[in-house]
Amino acid sequence: MEKKKVITILILVALCAVILVFPLMTIKDSEFGGADGAAEEAIAAVDPDYEPWAESLIAPPGGETESLLFCLQTALGAIVIGFGFGYLVARKKYRAEEAA
Amino acid sequence: MKIKLTNRERRAVMASCVPALMTALGTPVSAMHIMEGFLPQTHAIVWGVVCLPFLVWSFLSIRKIVSQHRKAVLLLAMMGAYAFVLSALKMPSVTGSSSHPTGTGLGAVLFGPAPMALLGMIVLLFQAILLAHGGLTTLGANTFSMAIAGPFVSFGVYQLCKKLKLSRLVAVGLACGLGDLFTYCVTSVQLALAHPGQAGVLASLTEFLSIFALTQIPLAIVEGILSAIVVMMLESFAKPELREIGYLVKEGN
Repeated sequence: MEKKKVITILILVALCAVILVFPLMTIKDSEFGGADGAAEEAIAAVDPDYEPWAESLIAPPGGETESLLFCLQTALGAIVIGFGFGYLVARKKYRAEEAA
Repeated sequence: MKIKLTNRERRAVMASCVPALMTALGTPVSAMHIMEGFLPQTHAIVWGVVCLPFLVWSFLSIRKIVSQHRKAVLLLAMMGAYAFVLSALKMPSVTGSSSHPTGTGLGAVLFGPAPMALLGMIVLLFQAILLAHGGLTTLGANTFSMAIAGPFVSFGVYQLCKKLKLSRLVAVGLACGLGDLFTYCVTSVQLALAHPGQAGVLASLTEFLSIFALTQIPLAIVEGILSAIVVMMLESFAKPELREIGYLVKEGN
Protein backbone atom coordinates (compact mmCIF):
# COMPACT_ATOMS: atom_id res chain seq x y z
CA MET A 1 0.00 0.00 0.00
CA GLU A 2 1.27 3.48 -0.81
CA LYS A 3 2.50 5.65 2.02
CA LYS A 4 -0.18 8.24 1.34
CA LYS A 5 -2.92 5.67 1.84
CA VAL A 6 -1.43 4.41 5.10
CA ILE A 7 -1.31 7.96 6.45
CA THR A 8 -4.94 8.59 5.42
CA ILE A 9 -6.01 5.43 7.22
CA LEU A 10 -4.14 6.41 10.38
CA ILE A 11 -5.74 9.87 10.34
CA LEU A 12 -9.19 8.34 9.87
CA VAL A 13 -8.65 5.92 12.77
CA ALA A 14 -7.54 8.83 14.96
CA LEU A 15 -10.67 10.71 13.96
CA CYS A 16 -12.82 7.74 15.07
CA ALA A 17 -11.00 7.69 18.40
CA VAL A 18 -11.65 11.41 18.88
CA ILE A 19 -15.36 10.99 18.14
CA LEU A 20 -15.62 8.20 20.71
CA VAL A 21 -13.50 9.83 23.41
CA PHE A 22 -15.26 13.20 23.12
CA PRO A 23 -18.41 12.14 25.05
CA LEU A 24 -16.26 10.41 27.68
CA MET A 25 -14.41 13.66 28.32
CA THR A 26 -17.38 16.03 28.22
CA ILE A 27 -20.09 14.07 30.03
CA LYS A 28 -18.94 13.41 33.56
CA ASP A 29 -22.00 12.24 35.43
CA SER A 30 -22.84 9.24 33.30
CA GLU A 31 -21.77 5.62 33.40
CA PHE A 32 -22.52 5.21 29.70
CA GLY A 33 -24.75 2.36 30.66
CA GLY A 34 -25.49 -0.14 27.98
CA ALA A 35 -27.67 -1.95 30.48
CA ASP A 36 -30.86 -3.00 28.77
CA GLY A 37 -32.66 -2.18 32.00
CA ALA A 38 -32.42 1.52 31.20
CA ALA A 39 -34.18 1.13 27.87
CA GLU A 40 -36.83 -0.91 29.59
CA GLU A 41 -37.46 2.09 31.80
CA ALA A 42 -38.16 4.20 28.75
CA ILE A 43 -40.86 1.73 27.72
CA ALA A 44 -42.22 1.58 31.25
CA ALA A 45 -42.62 5.36 31.12
CA VAL A 46 -44.66 5.39 27.89
CA ASP A 47 -46.49 2.15 28.42
CA PRO A 48 -46.74 1.51 32.18
CA ASP A 49 -49.11 -1.44 31.90
CA TYR A 50 -46.89 -3.49 29.62
CA GLU A 51 -45.57 -6.78 30.96
CA PRO A 52 -42.73 -8.46 29.06
CA TRP A 53 -43.99 -11.92 28.17
CA ALA A 54 -40.74 -13.71 27.54
CA GLU A 55 -37.32 -13.89 29.10
CA SER A 56 -33.95 -14.82 27.68
CA LEU A 57 -33.34 -18.56 27.82
CA ILE A 58 -29.83 -18.23 29.14
CA ALA A 59 -28.60 -14.98 30.58
CA PRO A 60 -24.95 -14.48 31.55
CA PRO A 61 -24.80 -14.49 35.36
CA GLY A 62 -22.89 -11.22 35.56
CA GLY A 63 -20.94 -8.48 33.83
CA GLU A 64 -17.74 -10.53 33.65
CA THR A 65 -19.28 -13.46 31.82
CA GLU A 66 -21.13 -11.11 29.53
CA SER A 67 -17.96 -9.27 28.60
CA LEU A 68 -16.29 -12.63 28.00
CA LEU A 69 -18.97 -13.55 25.50
CA PHE A 70 -18.83 -10.15 23.81
CA CYS A 71 -15.05 -10.54 23.54
CA LEU A 72 -15.56 -13.97 22.06
CA GLN A 73 -17.87 -12.49 19.44
CA THR A 74 -15.34 -9.81 18.55
CA ALA A 75 -12.49 -12.32 18.48
CA LEU A 76 -14.32 -14.70 16.14
CA GLY A 77 -15.02 -11.87 13.71
CA ALA A 78 -11.52 -10.45 13.99
CA ILE A 79 -9.97 -13.86 13.26
CA VAL A 80 -11.88 -14.12 9.98
CA ILE A 81 -11.08 -10.54 8.95
CA GLY A 82 -7.42 -10.96 9.94
CA PHE A 83 -7.15 -14.25 8.06
CA GLY A 84 -8.73 -12.65 5.00
CA PHE A 85 -6.42 -9.65 4.93
CA GLY A 86 -3.38 -11.83 5.72
CA TYR A 87 -4.22 -14.03 2.75
CA LEU A 88 -4.87 -11.09 0.42
CA VAL A 89 -1.77 -9.12 1.42
CA ALA A 90 0.54 -12.13 1.09
CA ARG A 91 -0.97 -13.04 -2.27
CA LYS A 92 -0.25 -9.59 -3.64
CA LYS A 93 3.28 -9.59 -2.26
CA TYR A 94 4.34 -13.01 -3.55
CA ARG A 95 2.67 -12.51 -6.90
CA ALA A 96 4.69 -9.34 -7.39
CA GLU A 97 7.88 -11.18 -6.40
CA GLU A 98 7.19 -14.03 -8.79
CA ALA A 99 6.53 -11.65 -11.64
CA ALA A 100 9.77 -9.81 -11.01
CA MET B 1 -41.14 38.49 7.87
CA LYS B 2 -38.28 36.37 6.73
CA ILE B 3 -35.04 36.60 8.65
CA LYS B 4 -31.98 35.84 6.63
CA LEU B 5 -28.95 34.52 8.43
CA THR B 6 -25.47 34.59 7.02
CA ASN B 7 -23.67 31.31 6.79
CA ARG B 8 -21.58 32.03 9.82
CA GLU B 9 -24.61 32.96 11.90
CA ARG B 10 -26.39 29.85 10.82
CA ARG B 11 -23.40 27.81 11.88
CA ALA B 12 -23.38 29.51 15.27
CA VAL B 13 -27.05 28.62 15.78
CA MET B 14 -26.37 25.02 14.82
CA ALA B 15 -23.37 24.83 17.12
CA SER B 16 -25.36 26.19 20.03
CA CYS B 17 -27.92 23.45 19.50
CA VAL B 18 -25.36 20.76 20.27
CA PRO B 19 -24.89 21.44 24.00
CA ALA B 20 -28.63 22.08 24.29
CA LEU B 21 -29.41 18.70 22.87
CA MET B 22 -26.78 17.06 25.01
CA THR B 23 -28.24 18.46 28.20
CA ALA B 24 -31.76 17.65 27.17
CA LEU B 25 -30.78 14.07 26.50
CA GLY B 26 -28.31 13.67 29.30
CA THR B 27 -30.30 10.93 30.95
CA PRO B 28 -28.52 7.65 30.33
CA VAL B 29 -30.52 5.14 28.36
CA SER B 30 -29.33 2.18 26.41
CA ALA B 31 -29.95 2.06 22.72
CA MET B 32 -29.61 -1.28 21.14
CA HIS B 33 -31.67 -4.15 19.87
CA ILE B 34 -35.19 -4.59 21.15
CA MET B 35 -35.08 -6.60 24.35
CA GLU B 36 -36.55 -10.08 24.78
CA GLY B 37 -40.28 -10.00 25.47
CA PHE B 38 -40.66 -6.30 24.80
CA LEU B 39 -42.80 -6.61 21.68
CA PRO B 40 -46.36 -7.90 22.01
CA GLN B 41 -46.95 -11.35 20.48
CA THR B 42 -48.74 -10.10 17.38
CA HIS B 43 -45.95 -7.63 16.60
CA ALA B 44 -43.29 -10.24 17.16
CA ILE B 45 -45.01 -12.64 14.78
CA VAL B 46 -45.75 -10.03 12.11
CA TRP B 47 -42.12 -8.81 11.99
CA GLY B 48 -40.93 -12.39 11.81
CA VAL B 49 -43.24 -13.16 8.91
CA VAL B 50 -42.24 -9.96 7.10
CA CYS B 51 -38.61 -11.12 7.29
CA LEU B 52 -39.28 -14.57 5.82
CA PRO B 53 -39.24 -13.71 2.09
CA PHE B 54 -36.06 -11.68 2.57
CA LEU B 55 -34.38 -14.57 4.35
CA VAL B 56 -35.31 -17.00 1.58
CA TRP B 57 -34.03 -14.52 -1.01
CA SER B 58 -30.90 -14.08 1.12
CA PHE B 59 -30.29 -17.83 1.31
CA LEU B 60 -30.64 -18.18 -2.45
CA SER B 61 -28.29 -15.28 -3.13
CA ILE B 62 -25.62 -16.66 -0.79
CA ARG B 63 -25.95 -20.08 -2.43
CA LYS B 64 -25.48 -18.40 -5.80
CA ILE B 65 -22.37 -16.55 -4.65
CA VAL B 66 -20.89 -19.75 -3.22
CA SER B 67 -21.55 -21.76 -6.38
CA GLN B 68 -20.92 -19.17 -9.11
CA HIS B 69 -18.48 -16.71 -7.58
CA ARG B 70 -16.19 -18.96 -5.56
CA LYS B 71 -13.53 -16.28 -5.62
CA ALA B 72 -15.77 -13.91 -3.67
CA VAL B 73 -16.60 -16.30 -0.81
CA LEU B 74 -13.67 -15.11 1.30
CA LEU B 75 -14.87 -11.54 0.86
CA LEU B 76 -18.43 -12.50 1.85
CA ALA B 77 -17.12 -14.25 4.96
CA MET B 78 -15.16 -11.13 5.83
CA MET B 79 -18.33 -9.03 5.47
CA GLY B 80 -20.18 -11.33 7.87
CA ALA B 81 -17.25 -11.16 10.27
CA TYR B 82 -17.24 -7.36 10.01
CA ALA B 83 -20.87 -7.26 11.15
CA PHE B 84 -19.97 -9.70 13.93
CA VAL B 85 -17.17 -7.48 15.22
CA LEU B 86 -18.92 -4.12 14.92
CA SER B 87 -22.12 -5.24 16.60
CA ALA B 88 -20.12 -6.45 19.61
CA LEU B 89 -18.44 -3.10 20.15
CA LYS B 90 -20.50 -0.92 22.45
CA MET B 91 -19.32 2.64 22.11
CA PRO B 92 -19.99 5.70 24.26
CA SER B 93 -22.08 8.41 22.67
CA VAL B 94 -22.98 12.07 23.19
CA THR B 95 -26.25 11.22 24.93
CA GLY B 96 -24.39 9.68 27.84
CA SER B 97 -25.25 6.14 26.92
CA SER B 98 -23.69 3.42 24.85
CA SER B 99 -24.80 1.69 21.71
CA HIS B 100 -23.17 -0.35 19.00
CA PRO B 101 -22.91 0.00 15.22
CA THR B 102 -24.44 -2.63 12.95
CA GLY B 103 -21.71 -3.42 10.43
CA THR B 104 -24.23 -4.70 7.91
CA GLY B 105 -23.93 -1.74 5.52
CA LEU B 106 -20.53 -2.59 4.09
CA GLY B 107 -21.59 -6.03 2.89
CA ALA B 108 -24.67 -4.48 1.31
CA VAL B 109 -22.55 -1.96 -0.60
CA LEU B 110 -20.28 -4.68 -2.00
CA PHE B 111 -22.71 -7.59 -2.46
CA GLY B 112 -26.12 -5.91 -2.54
CA PRO B 113 -28.63 -6.11 0.32
CA ALA B 114 -29.66 -9.74 -0.25
CA PRO B 115 -26.89 -11.73 1.47
CA MET B 116 -26.82 -9.45 4.49
CA ALA B 117 -30.29 -10.49 5.72
CA LEU B 118 -29.07 -13.97 6.64
CA LEU B 119 -25.62 -12.85 7.83
CA GLY B 120 -27.17 -10.18 10.04
CA MET B 121 -29.65 -12.67 11.47
CA ILE B 122 -26.81 -15.01 12.44
CA VAL B 123 -25.21 -12.17 14.41
CA LEU B 124 -28.53 -11.43 16.11
CA LEU B 125 -29.08 -15.12 16.92
CA PHE B 126 -25.66 -15.36 18.55
CA GLN B 127 -26.38 -12.31 20.70
CA ALA B 128 -29.93 -13.38 21.55
CA ILE B 129 -29.06 -16.92 22.58
CA LEU B 130 -25.69 -16.49 24.28
CA LEU B 131 -25.64 -12.90 25.44
CA ALA B 132 -29.26 -12.23 26.40
CA HIS B 133 -28.88 -9.20 24.17
CA GLY B 134 -31.85 -8.68 21.89
CA GLY B 135 -34.06 -11.76 22.03
CA LEU B 136 -35.64 -14.68 20.25
CA THR B 137 -39.14 -13.21 20.40
CA THR B 138 -37.85 -9.93 18.98
CA LEU B 139 -35.54 -11.61 16.47
CA GLY B 140 -37.90 -10.86 13.59
CA ALA B 141 -38.13 -7.16 14.38
CA ASN B 142 -34.40 -6.84 14.98
CA THR B 143 -33.58 -8.76 11.81
CA PHE B 144 -35.85 -6.43 9.87
CA SER B 145 -34.16 -3.29 11.19
CA MET B 146 -30.52 -4.36 11.21
CA ALA B 147 -30.27 -7.00 8.50
CA ILE B 148 -32.88 -5.84 5.97
CA ALA B 149 -33.83 -2.14 6.28
CA GLY B 150 -30.33 -0.89 7.09
CA PRO B 151 -28.59 -2.79 4.28
CA PHE B 152 -31.26 -1.69 1.77
CA VAL B 153 -30.64 1.96 2.65
CA SER B 154 -26.87 1.47 2.48
CA PHE B 155 -27.17 -0.12 -0.94
CA GLY B 156 -29.54 2.60 -2.17
CA VAL B 157 -27.41 5.45 -0.87
CA TYR B 158 -24.32 3.93 -2.47
CA GLN B 159 -26.03 3.59 -5.85
CA LEU B 160 -27.26 7.19 -5.60
CA CYS B 161 -23.79 8.48 -4.73
CA LYS B 162 -22.38 6.57 -7.68
CA LYS B 163 -24.92 8.28 -9.97
CA LEU B 164 -23.90 11.64 -8.49
CA LYS B 165 -20.29 10.75 -9.30
CA LEU B 166 -19.10 11.15 -5.71
CA SER B 167 -15.75 9.63 -4.81
CA ARG B 168 -16.05 5.92 -4.10
CA LEU B 169 -14.80 6.13 -0.54
CA VAL B 170 -17.11 9.02 0.35
CA ALA B 171 -19.97 7.03 -1.12
CA VAL B 172 -19.09 3.96 0.99
CA GLY B 173 -18.81 6.07 4.14
CA LEU B 174 -22.13 7.82 3.56
CA ALA B 175 -23.89 4.59 2.66
CA CYS B 176 -22.72 2.68 5.74
CA GLY B 177 -23.28 5.59 8.10
CA LEU B 178 -26.81 6.28 6.90
CA GLY B 179 -27.68 2.57 6.87
CA ASP B 180 -26.58 2.31 10.49
CA LEU B 181 -28.65 5.35 11.47
CA PHE B 182 -31.69 4.08 9.58
CA THR B 183 -31.54 0.76 11.41
CA TYR B 184 -32.12 2.54 14.70
CA CYS B 185 -34.84 4.75 13.22
CA VAL B 186 -36.65 1.55 12.24
CA THR B 187 -36.14 0.21 15.76
CA SER B 188 -37.76 3.38 17.11
CA VAL B 189 -40.74 2.98 14.78
CA GLN B 190 -41.13 -0.66 15.79
CA LEU B 191 -41.13 0.24 19.47
CA ALA B 192 -43.48 3.20 18.95
CA LEU B 193 -45.97 0.99 17.10
CA ALA B 194 -45.81 -1.55 19.91
CA HIS B 195 -45.94 0.99 22.73
CA PRO B 196 -47.99 4.01 21.65
CA GLY B 197 -48.91 4.74 25.26
CA GLN B 198 -51.59 7.32 25.96
CA ALA B 199 -50.03 10.09 23.88
CA GLY B 200 -50.22 8.08 20.68
CA VAL B 201 -47.78 6.57 18.20
CA LEU B 202 -46.26 9.90 17.11
CA ALA B 203 -45.41 11.13 20.60
CA SER B 204 -44.02 7.74 21.42
CA LEU B 205 -42.00 7.75 18.20
CA THR B 206 -40.39 11.09 19.07
CA GLU B 207 -39.50 9.67 22.45
CA PHE B 208 -37.84 6.57 21.05
CA LEU B 209 -36.16 8.47 18.20
CA SER B 210 -34.63 10.86 20.72
CA ILE B 211 -33.18 7.83 22.50
CA PHE B 212 -32.15 5.57 19.66
CA ALA B 213 -31.39 7.79 16.68
CA LEU B 214 -29.55 10.54 18.56
CA THR B 215 -27.28 8.14 20.41
CA GLN B 216 -26.52 6.51 17.11
CA ILE B 217 -25.37 9.60 15.18
CA PRO B 218 -21.70 9.63 16.28
CA LEU B 219 -21.57 5.84 16.02
CA ALA B 220 -22.95 6.00 12.50
CA ILE B 221 -20.16 8.41 11.58
CA VAL B 222 -17.60 6.02 13.08
CA GLU B 223 -19.10 3.10 11.18
CA GLY B 224 -18.95 5.11 7.96
CA ILE B 225 -15.28 5.93 8.50
CA LEU B 226 -14.34 2.35 9.45
CA SER B 227 -16.16 0.97 6.42
CA ALA B 228 -14.33 3.40 4.15
CA ILE B 229 -11.02 2.23 5.68
CA VAL B 230 -11.87 -1.42 5.02
CA VAL B 231 -12.77 -0.58 1.42
CA MET B 232 -9.50 1.33 1.00
CA MET B 233 -7.59 -1.76 2.11
CA LEU B 234 -9.68 -4.07 -0.06
CA GLU B 235 -9.06 -1.85 -3.07
CA SER B 236 -5.34 -2.28 -2.46
CA PHE B 237 -5.27 -6.02 -1.88
CA ALA B 238 -8.47 -7.59 -3.21
CA LYS B 239 -8.84 -6.14 -6.71
CA PRO B 240 -9.63 -9.51 -8.36
CA GLU B 241 -12.40 -10.20 -5.86
CA LEU B 242 -13.86 -6.71 -6.15
CA ARG B 243 -13.95 -7.14 -9.93
CA GLU B 244 -15.56 -10.55 -9.57
CA ILE B 245 -18.51 -9.07 -7.67
CA GLY B 246 -18.72 -6.08 -9.99
CA TYR B 247 -17.69 -3.46 -7.43
CA LEU B 248 -14.76 -2.47 -9.64
CA VAL B 249 -15.07 -2.45 -13.42
CA LYS B 250 -13.71 -5.58 -15.00
CA GLU B 251 -10.99 -4.30 -17.30
CA GLY B 252 -7.79 -2.43 -16.47
CA ASN B 253 -5.72 -2.73 -13.35
